[in-house]
Amino acid sequence: MRISKSWMVAAKDIKVFLRKRYTLYSMLIFPVIIGIGLPAVLYLVISRQGNLLGIQHLTDLMNAFSFFFVIGASAIPTLLASYSLVGEKVEKSLEPLLATPITDSELLLGKGIGAFVPSIGSLYISSIVFMVLTDLVTHSTLGYYFFPNWTIGILLLILLPLMSILSVEWSVIVSARATDPRAAQLQGILIVIPMFVIYVATEVGAIKLNTGTIWLISGAAFIADIILFFLSTRTFQREEILTKWT
Amino acid sequence: MINVENLTKKFGEVTAVEGLSFQVKEGEVFGFLGPNGAGKTTTVRMLCCLISKTSGEASIDNYQIGKPADSLQIRKMIGFVPDNVGLYDDLTAFENLDFYGKLYECPEGRRKENIERFLKMLDLWERKDARAGSFSKGMKQKLALARALIHEPKILFMDEPTANLDPEVAKTVRDFILEIKKQGRTIFLNTHNLDEAQRVCDRIGIIKTRLLTIGTPEQLRESLAKPKTEIKLAQVSEAILSELKKRIPNKIEVAGNKLIIEVTDPDKENPVIITAIASVGGQVQEVNQLVPTLEDVYLQNVRETK
Repeated sequence: MRISKSWMVAAKDIKVFLRKRYTLYSMLIFPVIIGIGLPAVLYLVISRQGNLLGIQHLTDLMNAFSFFFVIGASAIPTLLASYSLVGEKVEKSLEPLLATPITDSELLLGKGIGAFVPSIGSLYISSIVFMVLTDLVTHSTLGYYFFPNWTIGILLLILLPLMSILSVEWSVIVSARATDPRAAQLQGILIVIPMFVIYVATEVGAIKLNTGTIWLISGAAFIADIILFFLSTRTFQREEILTKWT
Repeated sequence: MINVENLTKKFGEVTAVEGLSFQVKEGEVFGFLGPNGAGKTTTVRMLCCLISKTSGEASIDNYQIGKPADSLQIRKMIGFVPDNVGLYDDLTAFENLDFYGKLYECPEGRRKENIERFLKMLDLWERKDARAGSFSKGMKQKLALARALIHEPKILFMDEPTANLDPEVAKTVRDFILEIKKQGRTIFLNTHNLDEAQRVCDRIGIIKTRLLTIGTPEQLRESLAKPKTEIKLAQVSEAILSELKKRIPNKIEVAGNKLIIEVTDPDKENPVIITAIASVGGQVQEVNQLVPTLEDVYLQNVRETK
């Protein structure tokens, strides 16, 4: 496998994403909302409830909010990968692309990197903004800077990439049958549901989001990554693409 | 250069291509003619290592089709123009070619040189920074041609390159094919267009799942039935027809006031025919010798397989 070939495909895809208003917005809106919007919510909560909101509640809320990055990591790559795969299908550009000296796995990896890098990049930038703003908002109440900490560290560095990979693999499987990028995105976005369930469970107190829980979710995501890797590579084969995808 | 032996492709129960055997020599323009669904695209896809073969053998420059290690080598030495241009609408003409040049591992200097050369040859240089999505159908087709040549391939596969193009652009594309033929490249051309095949191809194969016939345009025309003599009369009468049937055993067709008669040796048979017509008072207005066209060859072969 030649990574350089995959990078060529990824660089081309990223260039295309940046030129399409729709994909650009998909990449930016969610990270902007969680990066700025959630600290703003915390500010409102603190300014209205003051000391009535216990410190434990506040830190639980901040941990729960940080889980929004995991939701973003499962949603944004799906939007981009579906667009890139079904977009190639719609533009009929897969045939000349597959006629070049590139292997199926190099192409699949390129598509994956093309969706992964901008998604994770925008989420990391957003997470820095989120941590800085949250610390500014909560420092007077907590008396210390809550972020960075181990929980968000593991969440951002382990769980986020694993969820992004899962999201890309899921998109490959979904894109095989879709003929329209929006339809692929709608099916692809289903992968967000388990993450939403976890978020709601933390909000109602059924799960406590700490390093242990994040490791556990990461382990599950890792296993799912392996399973979907085999399924997606089986789906992404040139003969399948040319005779069944179109 | 291209060797195909008993090549077969099945999609489940459906046989798309059966027992194809032919060779294409280096520097030759080989035309593949056939109706829709005849297996032309499937054959090209197999030769370009895009889909697998079911059975048989095929090789390009001694690299075997179907061998994973050889597939990459084959794809390096070929250029491919699919029936759908498949350009990236959001990339400029230059970026489209640059991307493909990189994938074909064309060094930067040569890549840039070739982009400029081919875009200038195809009158697209002025639009190099315009997005491909803004191009007309003809311009897109020309860009797809440039894309297939960016790495200067030994063999160029083209699937219906002039289909649905206006006559002017189609001519530009045909002229371009002739130009690259002069450079000694081997060209494999799938087409419906008989006139195009006749003008640009050194040899032609007619396919309808199986290879029906193969040869130079002249050989194919010669292989078809006998030449025909067309005689325009003032009026076709029963007397003329019965007199002709008495004197010659040839097949006679009547089309209005014309008689179309199959002949083996026009120089000997035509005088006999004209004498027979004159003997019963027929008035000959015009005599034409009909030479079989490629269209006749094509239609006869394709109809015989129905």
